[in-house]
Amino acid sequence: MDSKSFYNEVLLDHNMNPMHKSSLPDATCRMDGVNPSCGDSLTLHLKIEDGIIKDGSFSGIGCAISQASADIMLELITGKSLDEAKRLSELFLKMIQGDATDDEIDELDEAGALRDISHMPARVKCAVLAWRTLNELISAQ
Amino acid sequence: MSENIIDPRREDFPIFECLGAAYLDSAATSQKPRCVIDAERDFYEKLNSNPLRGFYPLSLAATEAYENARKAVCRFIGAQSPKEIVFTNNATSAINLVAYSYGLENLTPCDRIVVSIAEHHSNMLPWQMVASKTGAELVYMKCGEHGEFSDEEIERCITPNTKLVAIAAVSNVTGAHAPLEKIISAAHSVGAVVMVDGAQSVPHLKTDVQSLDADFLAFSAHKMLGPMGVGVLYGKRRLLEEMPPFLTGGEMIESVTVKGAVYAELPHKFEAGTVNAAGAAALKAAIDYYDGVGIDNMERRELFLTKYAFDGLSAIPGVHIIGSDDHKNHTGILSFTVDGVHPHDISEILSSDGVCIRAGHHCAQPLLAHLGVHASARASLMYYNTTQEIDRFLESVSSIRRRMGYR
Repeated sequence: MDSKSFYNEVLLDHNMNPMHKSSLPDATCRMDGVNPSCGDSLTLHLKIEDGIIKDGSFSGIGCAISQASADIMLELITGKSLDEAKRLSELFLKMIQGDATDDEIDELDEAGALRDISHMPARVKCAVLAWRTLNELISAQ
Repeated sequence: MSENIIDPRREDFPIFECLGAAYLDSAATSQKPRCVIDAERDFYEKLNSNPLRGFYPLSLAATEAYENARKAVCRFIGAQSPKEIVFTNNATSAINLVAYSYGLENLTPCDRIVVSIAEHHSNMLPWQMVASKTGAELVYMKCGEHGEFSDEEIERCITPNTKLVAIAAVSNVTGAHAPLEKIISAAHSVGAVVMVDGAQSVPHLKTDVQSLDADFLAFSAHKMLGPMGVGVLYGKRRLLEEMPPFLTGGEMIESVTVKGAVYAELPHKFEAGTVNAAGAAALKAAIDYYDGVGIDNMERRELFLTKYAFDGLSAIPGVHIIGSDDHKNHTGILSFTVDGVHPHDISEILSSDGVCIRAGHHCAQPLLAHLGVHASARASLMYYNTTQEIDRFLESVSSIRRRMGYR
């Protein structure tokens, strides 16, 4: 995998100018996630009302892939129901495993920019950290 | 190139025939010369039998190859006797042997263990375990921002109730040399023993355990041109003799009855089970290779390469080298950060440019936390590296911030 093409504009933009890397004073729940292979950590905050994700933010330290992945994820799930967010996160994990169809990847919108991670086994854990944390947060509701 | 700097015999290393990338991760594991690979294969092709057991010529020859390796190690590190050389699986298992057989046996709640904050987890977690099981106090000896240990800090930590001090001769993160003479002499003045982690020093710096007066020294074959799966524990004979076996079983006994056993003499007391004789024979080939090139020549070349990389890396805007300002105190190890770019992204970009380095916490999380660094990238050099490889590395590092979207 050539990282010249891998670090595409979508990924670099979300890493450099994240929209959701901030505090969320009116968050209703939070969940910590750790990438044990590198020690990177991420905390996810969501504001959930009537089963709908009204807003979300993340904090923590990580590589461009984990940071961009978290930002793209929050962009995608804001306004969605918990069930829909869970379905999308499962779709994302399917894409990272290299098993998703093109139509399914289209549903993931900008998260599709991370599809090539499926060819970079060393970076899979970075890409899925936010999504795994989201899954745990939803399961805890 | 300067007259005093030898050229490496790259053709001695088969991997360079097929590896297009520049390998700058020798602190993780070194590459192996052909003679080492041949020695391991030769053992299985010509000597394979269980050493120390059979009375037929093949087994005696296998035993001889294994014990010759022990003698070679003994000479290489300046030990008094081959009985002081115990073969283990790696440096980690050597340190664990001391933790279990010396630490658990000798430490009490009144005692203090001093561990440097710069330790690799392998020379830290075993002592955390010993402290928690024995009730001994665990104190961390802190280094300064350049990885240096001050006299005051050594004095603060090594108190009259200190019984054991664990210290790496060379840090795997900063490459800094610990002031071993001072630490060992301070420890001995209060009757403490010193466990030296030589994983990053023995492959690069001439070692003499007798002049050092170290009580225990652990290192791994695979970081010194040898095979994976063999490590060495050096221990002073007096200490090893008093220690109980770590593992029990075959090949470490004189006699056994249903009630108990009389254990074998040193060093076999600590080598339970079938040993890695082929690996030991290959380690001897690695030591022969060091002797052929001359460890002094290797040291000089590695110093030259370190300066070349250090100067180049220091000149790149946004790059910060962790540790000493003096390249001589890096031992071929250059850990660094790039402003605004996570080490994993540094490693990814270098990888796409054909440069192999390490990124992360380098199994030394407490040191990075102490230095206020979350993670770092690490390039590490060895005798066989070239300035062309370092040029490729420097060129790639120079491009990282631009490629990550910074103007």
